[in-house]
Amino acid sequence: MSVRMSDEDEKKITELIGHYPQKRAAIGDVLYMAQQNFGHLGPEVELYVAGLLDLPVTYVHQVVSFYNMYLQNPVGRNLIMLCDNVSCTLCGASGLVEHLAKKLGIGPGETTKDDKFTLWTVECLGACELAPCVMIGEKLYGRMTPEKLDEALDAVEQTDDA
Amino acid sequence: MPEVKLIKRFIETENGHRLREFESAGGYGSLRKIIGEGWDAQQVIDILKASNLRGLGGAGFPTGLKWSFVPKDIEGPKYLVVNADESEPGTFKDRHIISGAPHLLIEGAVIAAFCIEAEDIYIYIRGEYYEPARIMEQAIEEAAEAGYIGEDFLGSGHTVRVHLHRGAGAYICGEETALLSSLEGGKGWPKLKPPFPAIKGLFGKPTIVNNVETLSQVPIILDKGAEYFASLGIERNGGTRLFGVSGHVKRTGIYELPLGTPMKELIYEHCGGIRNDRKLKAVIPGGSSCPVLTAEQAASINMDFDSLAGIGSMLGSGGLIVMDETTDLVQILWRICRFYAFESCGQCTPCREGTGWMTRIMERIAKGEGTVQDIDDLKEVAEQIMGNTVCPLGDAAALPVVSFLSKFRADFEAQVGPRRVHAGAVVTQAEAEEN
Ligand SMILES: Cc1cc2nc3c(=O)[nH]c(=O)nc-3n(C[C@H](O)[C@H](O)[C@H](O)COP(=O)(O)O)c2cc1C
Ligand code: SF4
Repeated sequence: MSVRMSDEDEKKITELIGHYPQKRAAIGDVLYMAQQNFGHLGPEVELYVAGLLDLPVTYVHQVVSFYNMYLQNPVGRNLIMLCDNVSCTLCGASGLVEHLAKKLGIGPGETTKDDKFTLWTVECLGACELAPCVMIGEKLYGRMTPEKLDEALDAVEQTDDA
Repeated sequence: MPEVKLIKRFIETENGHRLREFESAGGYGSLRKIIGEGWDAQQVIDILKASNLRGLGGAGFPTGLKWSFVPKDIEGPKYLVVNADESEPGTFKDRHIISGAPHLLIEGAVIAAFCIEAEDIYIYIRGEYYEPARIMEQAIEEAAEAGYIGEDFLGSGHTVRVHLHRGAGAYICGEETALLSSLEGGKGWPKLKPPFPAIKGLFGKPTIVNNVETLSQVPIILDKGAEYFASLGIERNGGTRLFGVSGHVKRTGIYELPLGTPMKELIYEHCGGIRNDRKLKAVIPGGSSCPVLTAEQAASINMDFDSLAGIGSMLGSGGLIVMDETTDLVQILWRICRFYAFESCGQCTPCREGTGWMTRIMERIAKGEGTVQDIDDLKEVAEQIMGNTVCPLGDAAALPVVSFLSKFRADFEAQVGPRRVHAGAVVTQAEAEEN
């Protein structure tokens, strides 16, 4: 795989840059696009993004490493972000972590052997009224119980296997 | 007192996130009015000042006054930035506005941009809000098609462009100067103030940063009048706000109530009381950085900026975390310390090192390996962070520690062992107290 996005994506980047008076302000969206294309943001991707935005590669690296949602390392196909901040802890988040350890055999920061799931415990997701809550991919699940977590994971597995 | 649904009325409108339904509910009426009747910025600002609207992002700064700081009649661009980073633990109100009434936010933001003569509005939304961002994007498109934004919007002769900018998972980017650094394409490092953003902000230009909820109140105030809004609240604390309640209550959620409403009314009437009818132990009143309240304080305090400041806490983001008598406050404080340590941007030594120390001490105590000395050390570290950092995150990390320890010291003492005097030697708790 060569590190290059499609012409269409590169055109989109030009459009994104147009939202700002300076090119580098588009770096956030460009990194998201790169992540979509390449899975994670390794050194080659950083070099490529640096070229697109006329930035030093160390600058790109500093930005990538500052933000949690830019992936410096590969994760499984489905990222489970389980909030264990105060409200979620008060409402049973630790039970969910234990449940996942049993069900998937992984703890926070780990990936299943088949690469299907990575589990992260994360900071507040801004959905405390639905505590405990979990995001799988881009979808938020609230008032989770081990049973509901199983259902959500099953649904994800079905689309994952398809 | 029942809820006063100024903002919630729009959120609860069926399909209220779509333009047509929003317009049917009276939406964009205030923007049409000020443009159609040829108002000037000062008229709007005077109304906001009279309404006693205060910033609902956390700091509670009077909104009209803030807008008036932007220099007039100067060359070059100015910016309006919407703070939709919402990452303070316990806070979730802005998500409801963005998802349920995105046009109300756009209307307020366009009015703000009009007043400060900004042609570009940036909405900085936290990265984890995927679905809310999609809804917001759709609303921006609808507003552009209908001519509420864009070139010569509503025939005003003015231009305003709205850009949605996604954050990428960093709590510190909610702090306004960090947000601006991030929006410029950098790490989210806060900057020393002054200069304030109103003078030198985004890309070095005059900039106003306002919270989602603050801006959403603007069209409502212009519609209902400053007097009405001010009369809902109390002196210097106008109107309503969306209180978000989570934790051990029967009905969690957002409740829109006038500032000055008694906290016990919110907890026991609106939220139905404590889960399983247990006893209340403690309340964090406005996001995790606000000093914790005891049950007694919660029973007698009113929820407005000044009342909470009066008892040494803060109304903050209006996100209440309610904890019942079964809560292990040692575990909770450890979790809070970990949050701030993880989210410190690392720029100032007291915050970078201090948050780490506090977390390690709390971990020891939480694991039953702590000593009385640890409690004192913890307090000392917290006190050394306070006031010694570039941005308020340092204080935000220290205040919970100081307040938990001063109000619930017995909970901590119950989980620590005897004091270590020097390597190897120990004294018992009783001896320590005699000394
Ligand atoms: C560490 C930290 C985090 C903050 N996070 C947010 C946030 O997520 N959303 C927000 O609106 N304000 C946040 N603020 C407050 C902003 O700095 C700023 O005061 C606010 O956006 C101003 O808008 P307002 O006057 O409408 O409240 C935060 C402040 C600090 C110190
Ligand atoms: S107080 Fe903490 S978060 Fe704020 S600038 Fe200093 S190190 Fe960064």
